[in-house]
Amino acid sequence: MDFTGAYSWVNIRFLLDGLLVTLEIAAISIILSFIIGAILGLVRYMKVPVLSFLAGAIVDIIRNLPLLLIIFFTYFALPQIGIRLSIFWSAVAAMTIFESAMLSEIIRGGLNSIPVGQMEAGRSTGLTYAQTIWYIIIPQALRAMVPPIVSQFVALVKDTSLATIITLPELTHNARIVYGQDTNFVIPMFIAMGFLYWVVCYTLSKLSKRLETSNA
Amino acid sequence: MIEILTNYNDVLIEGFINTLIASLIALVISLIIGTLLGIFQVSTNKLLAGIANFYVQLFLNIPLLIIVLFFYVVFPMFFVGVNGFTAGIIGLTIYTSAFIAETVRAGILGVPNGQMEAGLSTGLTYGDTMRYIILPQAIKIVIPPLGNQFINLVKNSSVLAMVAGLDLMYYGDLIASETFNTFDTYIIVALFYLIITLPLTYLMQYVERRLAAND
Repeated sequence: MDFTGAYSWVNIRFLLDGLLVTLEIAAISIILSFIIGAILGLVRYMKVPVLSFLAGAIVDIIRNLPLLLIIFFTYFALPQIGIRLSIFWSAVAAMTIFESAMLSEIIRGGLNSIPVGQMEAGRSTGLTYAQTIWYIIIPQALRAMVPPIVSQFVALVKDTSLATIITLPELTHNARIVYGQDTNFVIPMFIAMGFLYWVVCYTLSKLSKRLETSNA
Repeated sequence: MIEILTNYNDVLIEGFINTLIASLIALVISLIIGTLLGIFQVSTNKLLAGIANFYVQLFLNIPLLIIVLFFYVVFPMFFVGVNGFTAGIIGLTIYTSAFIAETVRAGILGVPNGQMEAGLSTGLTYGDTMRYIILPQAIKIVIPPLGNQFINLVKNSSVLAMVAGLDLMYYGDLIASETFNTFDTYIIVALFYLIITLPLTYLMQYVERRLAAND
């Protein structure tokens, strides 16, 4: 074990570069999958004929597949049908496809947890269907949805490590390169990358706890 | 697509079975460890609660891949060498235990406080109240999320592919690089995963509805 050698400035810089890519991928995927997940969740909640069924079927298939398979798919299989994405955007596409499905399920569950009476009450006071959803259902559902949504974001950050398989230069990938040079670096590198992931994820989950208590 | 299925059915089935075995072993062991940790987390014993909390907070916030790689790369440096399959199962078990502990803890806390007080005031010990009053009620709360944990476990077992763990994903990757027909191969692998996970998902939804209707 060689901690001083492993934690040289060059190596630490390299790890932090990886962390930056991890955070970038996570942030872009969080934003995209939240938007798509919210739309899918709403469509399923509103029970639009055909559309809701289709959305439900797609979501059920995607959230029951391993993310790793979807990453393989966007990087190795899509070029076969003429869609060629860079490593970075393959990873973003895979994360977004998978996490949108997971989030849509959380959002649909949150919306469904609001008693039907709320919708009826909203409609009977003269609000339109859309107004009732926007002003009455969503604000109440949000309270139930925020903690699981943040947990899903934590899962997303952890999941970005899988993109190392398509050689995305994120944290895990860079740490593996460093410890590949010298077996004495293996343990220090595992400690360093474990610590970095842990700090990011723990901070996010603590944030979720804060939101949970301040909402109650 | 039919060609891949006929030419590679033996490896596909072997991978499918390995995925199932890995998931089942990890499930059984992590159910035991996770339940114990979950009970420890709410226990009045500060030391036990502290250890359990440390474990859960540590592994809840570290990627599964890192844990699996740790057992694949670091473990053999000091102890006996483990193959990818074993390293994967150990990693899956450690990781899933933390999630099951969280689920069990939430289930126990979901039982109203008065139940514990009532149990203690009738003269039962803490352990007896836990065993005969709190846990039977907590199980009902815990079953749907535990089912989801198993589905996650099956999906997560795909990380075995990254340590040559001979699972479905690993063989899928192998077939894809042999045939160059990545598109069809991954569709087939996806279907194999769905055979396990989709029925489980619908079963859990059914169980959840039934439990909700019984309330």
